[in-house]
Formats: sequence, structure tokens, C-alpha cells
Amino acid sequence: MGSRASSLLREEDIEEIKKETGFSHSQITRLYSRFHSLDKGENGALSREDFQRIPELAINPLGDRIINAFFPEGEDQVNFRGFMRTLAHFRPVEDNEKNKVLTPGEPLNSRTNKLLFAFRLYDLDRDDKISRDELLQVLRMMVGVNISDEQLGSIADRTIQEADTNGDMCISFNEFTKVLEKVDVEQKMSIRFLH
Amino acid sequence: MEGAWDVALVLFQVWLSIVVGLIMLPAMFGVSLGFTDIYIKVLVKILEWATLRIQRGQREQPTLPSQSANGIIEKKDGSMEEEIEELRRSHPKNLAGGDFTLCDVFYFCKNGIENIVEDQVTQRFTSEELASWNLLTRTNNNFRYISVRLTIIWGLGVFIRYCILLPLRITLAAIGLSWLVIGTTLVGLLPNSNAKSWLSDLVHITCYRICARGLSATIRYHNKENRPKKGGICVANHTSPIDIVILANDGCYAMVGQVHGGLLGVIQRSIVRSCPHVWFERSEMKDRHAVAKRLKDHIADKTKLPILIFPEGTCINNTSVMMFKKGSFEIGGTIYPVAIKYDPQFGDAFWNSAKYNMVSYILRMMTSWAIVCNVWYLPPMTRQDGEDAVNFANRVKSAIAYQGGLVDLSWDGGLKRAKVKESYKEEQQKMYSSMIVGSDSHEAFVDPM
Repeated sequence: MGSRASSLLREEDIEEIKKETGFSHSQITRLYSRFHSLDKGENGALSREDFQRIPELAINPLGDRIINAFFPEGEDQVNFRGFMRTLAHFRPVEDNEKNKVLTPGEPLNSRTNKLLFAFRLYDLDRDDKISRDELLQVLRMMVGVNISDEQLGSIADRTIQEADTNGDMCISFNEFTKVLEKVDVEQKMSIRFLH
Repeated sequence: MEGAWDVALVLFQVWLSIVVGLIMLPAMFGVSLGFTDIYIKVLVKILEWATLRIQRGQREQPTLPSQSANGIIEKKDGSMEEEIEELRRSHPKNLAGGDFTLCDVFYFCKNGIENIVEDQVTQRFTSEELASWNLLTRTNNNFRYISVRLTIIWGLGVFIRYCILLPLRITLAAIGLSWLVIGTTLVGLLPNSNAKSWLSDLVHITCYRICARGLSATIRYHNKENRPKKGGICVANHTSPIDIVILANDGCYAMVGQVHGGLLGVIQRSIVRSCPHVWFERSEMKDRHAVAKRLKDHIADKTKLPILIFPEGTCINNTSVMMFKKGSFEIGGTIYPVAIKYDPQFGDAFWNSAKYNMVSYILRMMTSWAIVCNVWYLPPMTRQDGEDAVNFANRVKSAIAYQGGLVDLSWDGGLKRAKVKESYKEEQQKMYSSMIVGSDSHEAFVDPM
């Protein structure tokens, strides 16, 4: 248990994270305890192995992609700020009214940003398009060995066909958003943080 | 100079006679002089006062984080099928058949992030968080200065625990363990007879009672009529090595374990002289059949004491019961389940073997306020016809978890050190696959390898 964990987090840092992410003071300290308990190397940053140690995450078919989302381009360590910034995407949208988030621009947990987070799970090369290959890769991760290549291929083709409106055989972010416009993204990509 | 030594000697003798007269002798005969009870009552009053002070302090300074053990997030426990169905409901149905939708990833994504924030397994390998501070810095996560009075009481607590209780407890433990070694060696010299077994039981129980006093242990036993009998196997949830002392205070058991070196080895070798315990060499433990055979032979002999086994295989933090290894449940015989629940308010009994070695752990135990725990003896269980060992183990585990108010987990305690098996991920993948192609059952299906 991080018995001295909160003493390593300064008040100024907490205030900055509060402004940037919208989490409350107590949520930030609790999440810092969690961060600290995952940080086995005690160097103030998490590596991919630290995440892999969580059994329920290790058995999640998309576990590796989700872990990837925490790490900035080409980096192997994520610090607490980065950790919170990623988690902030999953704050419920209603909380913004309660906590009066005053960041300029769109809050991290807006519907668009939540959709962008999910989009980036598919779009590995960050070219703002989900190609057929990228879609196949994610599908393969989710189904394992249980579905044949041909079947998976036709599922991918069907999906692109439905979503693709400009005929480039890829799904852009706008097309992605259009297909999912009726889905309750705010609720399905939000976690209810206590206090 | 001489005078000082004489005084020191006299003080030491007085000290020793107090310890022996007031603590050790009553302990050996199972008599309580009531000191521990009074101590616990006073402690409870002080801790309640401390809690109120902290709560008052928090109200006055709202920036102080409140210590809540309720968890960080609220999870809705839906299955994969339920959650993905809900996701797809608002999505226009694919006309060409096949059930994959782009929003399926939301389920895995949310599930993954929830587990990053709070999961069911990793928290079992660290000490339980307390709802209110118990005046030990070791349990304090968000220590802020509250008031002078609280700090004084805390300081007094440190003095009492380290300067008064610790030497007392070390003395008792030393007496208890040496008596165990000497007593059992002496009993071992006798020829096998009823008298020998009776004496052996006496020596064991008195030693464990002294050791229990050495930890200021207050143990409440429930349902004593279900106490394990000879020829049976006693299984319990495992939190710390102290579990053995706790259980052995109320009955005699045959211990099972690996041969150790050092002090533990000395104790092992001497107690096996007075009554049969089952010690395995490291190499023997790998051979499951040999292990099973030795245990079977032991319980077949109705004159031998019941075996004590901890099927989790490792120490868990007493908030949950993790997977029971099926080995002990394949031997046959009657299983006597026992649930042990410690009260974390007075001292954290959990041994985090990754963080503390045995010596620092014992030191922590001896500088806690006390060890307070409840032991429930559950009715004996046997394997039913057609029930395999794994299901039987799970049945016993659920009974123990239910009685002790612990969370019943199927995760393996070995995850403390090892990685989770790939097969669990494959199960998840299989489940999801059936959701994509389930409706088109006539399409070709590749068999999992």
C-alpha cells in the first residue's frame, strides 16, 4: 500500500492536474495511490510490464492496445500526469457541470475525445484512417484463433462498406463518428469515479 | 559499578518473575487474568476517540482527503454478452448478417481501463486499507497533522508499543519457543504410548498459548463442536504464519510443510520427535504422487493428529479467499474447513512476503497493538460422488469465504509472483467470437488448436 504515496505528490501538481483533467482533489490522491502501487520499480513512472501485472487486464483481448494508449509516441514510461490525462477521457460528462472545468478548448472527456480514444485503438499508425489491415488486426486480437481468415476478411469488408462514404476503402474519423452517432458513447466510455 | 550490576540483575529477576507469574503460567493453563481484555477495551475507546478527532479535523479543513475504503470506482457487473448487446442495440443492424460492430471495442476498452484503476486481484497482495486510522503510522496513507493531542497520543502509543510491549513480547516468544524445542525433545525420548501423545499435546498447546500471549492475541473460537478430529484434514484460509499459532491454541494438528534451515529447521526437527508431522524435502514436493501418498498414509492412521493445510499456497491479505489448490482435496478423507478473520483495527496480520522478510514481519507483529481474530470451525465436508477435486475445492472455498465475510475469488494466489495463464485470454476471445458468428452458424468455423 502506498503509505507515503500522497506525500510525494505536491499541492501544485494536484492543482494543475485538477485544471487539466477535471478530477477532484480526493480522486487525484486516490488515483495517485493506485499509480504508486502499480509502480513496482518505484521510479515515478509506469512501464508496460507494470500494467501487464494486472491479471484482468492481461486477459483482456485488447489489453495491449489499451496499455499502448497510455504511452506517448515512442516512449516506454508514463508518468502520473500522463496517466491521469489518459484516464481523464473516461470521466463522465455530467461531472463537468459539477466541477466547473475551465480548460480552454474541449475537455478530455467530451464525446468527440472519447470517440477519438476508441478510434486510436484501431488506427495504430495514426494516419487518421482505419485501413482494412488495421481493422483485421484488431478483429484478430479480439477473436483469437476461433474464426478463419476468410470469415474475418468478409466481416472487415462488410464493416468498411457500411461506414465508408467517400469510397477510399478506409474509415476516417468522421465516418467513424457518423456510424456510431446513435451509440451512447458518453455512458459506454465512462467510468463512475467515487467521491 | 558493582552496585549498578546488582540493581540490573534484581530488576531483571523481578521482570522475569512478573512475566512468568502473571502471563506465562496462566497462559499455559488456558486461564485468562483479564489483562488482555482490559487492554483491548481501553484500546477500542482510544481509537474511537482518535477517529472522532480525525473526522472533526477533516470537517474543519475540507482539503484533507477523507480516508475511505470504498474503492475508487463503481462498477456495473454485467457479463460480456449483456454489455455488448446493449452497445449494439442502438447501432443499425447489419443487413448482410454477421454481428461485428465498430463499437464492440468500447466494452473491452472500458473493462480494461476499469481494471487499470481498480482490479480484484492485485489489491489482495497488499495490506487492507482501514476506514479510520488506528494510530500506527504504517497504516496511514494520508497522514496530515490534525491536532497536538492526537500526536501526543500517537507518540505515547509508539513508546508503549516499542519500549514496553515489544520487550515483553520478545521475552514471551523466546520462552515459548525454547520450551517448545526442549519440551518436545524430552517427550521424544519416551517410548510410544498414550502418555507420550498426551504429553506431546500438552507441550504443544502450552507453547502455542505462550506464543499467542507473546502477540497479545485475542482469539474467539466459534462452533467448537466442529473442531477437526484425528484422521481428518483441516483446511483454512492463509494470511500469515501466525495462522498456525492461532489454530494450534485450540487443538493439536500435524503440520505439513517444507523442510527449512535455521531456527525454523531446529523447531521442525524437534517437534517431529514427539508426534508425527509431515515434512517434505524440496525435491519431494515436486512429485505430486509422493506427496499425496504420504498424506494419505498419515490420515489413514487414526491415531495421528489431523493435518493442517493452507490450500491457497500463499499469504493473502484476509479480504478474500483465492483459488484452493486441488491437491489436498484429492486425497480423500474428511475435510474440516476453518475460516480465520483478523480484525485489522488492532494490527495488520498479513505477511507481504515480497515486501518484508520473516524477521521484520515478526517485529511488525510484535509492535502492533494486538492481534484480534475470529475463528469459525465449519461442519466437515467430504467429496460427493461424481464431484471432481476442483469443484470440491471450490465448494469448500465458498463455505469458508461465506463464513468469514471474505470475497470469494477464483484467481490463483500464485499471481502474486507469476503471470496469468494465456488460456484465460483465449476463453475471452472464444466468448467474443461466438458473439460475432453465433447467428450465422452455418458458416465455416475453425477449430481452436
